[in-house]
Amino acid sequence: MIFVVNQYFITMIEFLSQAWPWYVAGPLIGFSMLALLYFGESFGVSSNLRTLCTIGGAGRASDFFKFDWRKQIWNLVFVLGTIMGGYIAATLLSNNAPMELSTATIDNLKDLGFSYDNVGYLPNELFAISSTADLPKLIILIIGGLLVGFGTRYAGGCTSGHAISGLSNLQLPSLIAVVGFFIGGLIMTFIILPLIF
Amino acid sequence: MVGILFGITLAKAEIISWYRIFEMFHFDAFHMYGVIGSAVAIGATGIYLMKHFNVKDIEGAKIDIPDKNYSITRYLVGGTIFGLGWALVGACPGPMFILLGYGYLSILIVILSAIGGTFLYGVLRTRLPH
Repeated sequence: MIFVVNQYFITMIEFLSQAWPWYVAGPLIGFSMLALLYFGESFGVSSNLRTLCTIGGAGRASDFFKFDWRKQIWNLVFVLGTIMGGYIAATLLSNNAPMELSTATIDNLKDLGFSYDNVGYLPNELFAISSTADLPKLIILIIGGLLVGFGTRYAGGCTSGHAISGLSNLQLPSLIAVVGFFIGGLIMTFIILPLIF
Repeated sequence: MVGILFGITLAKAEIISWYRIFEMFHFDAFHMYGVIGSAVAIGATGIYLMKHFNVKDIEGAKIDIPDKNYSITRYLVGGTIFGLGWALVGACPGPMFILLGYGYLSILIVILSAIGGTFLYGVLRTRLPH
């Protein structure tokens, strides 16, 4: 009996270790957002960056960071959960199969001079741990982070808050923000990335 | 629990991958659009039903999602700045943390500078057009 259960368990783990298709992932994200609403919270990851500033004492520098961060603990717990989720996906649910990117994308990567190793989620050209000791790459990572952190707060939300939660609630500002995401994303992808690589 | 499920979902659907974002901005695959589109379809239907049937949350309070304040400058400019960063490092705030859990330690640089960027906004906020 234990043997049978074990077999099922292994089969299930193998099944879940494949890449999940969009029609599984998208609805799960939608239901995650609805679950948060049901638990009396709202869906938005980037507000945690503000909370972390506040915990770090940023309230001394700007009123923007003067709020009771303890009310945001649930959101920090959510982020902690996502980190654990990433760890579980990498350890328990990984089959090391290469990603199935489109052939056009692989060509575009070659044009950019990226050696496409077909395994990892992040290109070594930018994210290898040695990049942290390589000043130009380190600067790129820092600028990227600054843009994301600054932009998301200026726009009042990120992908989760605007593209998922905001659009679901039929908010025009969120649509404007998403248009902005694409203006910036396309400028980076087609103009700036080819210049720096 | 919802966070863990969210983290596993985004990791297993490769949404946390720099390559998928690169592909999305080249319009070379349906994958990311399918994910976001179906999430919004489920989300919008759910929110509509919750409002229609006046669903209460777990504490019995009315589920109330505040409307975003109307502005164009703020969302368009802020969104564009965000998009520049998104396409460069291939990660928005959610995936950054998931990638950290996945074992990509260099993403910590991006997380720390994103916190720095948020701080910068907080300091400059009163001088920016909204």
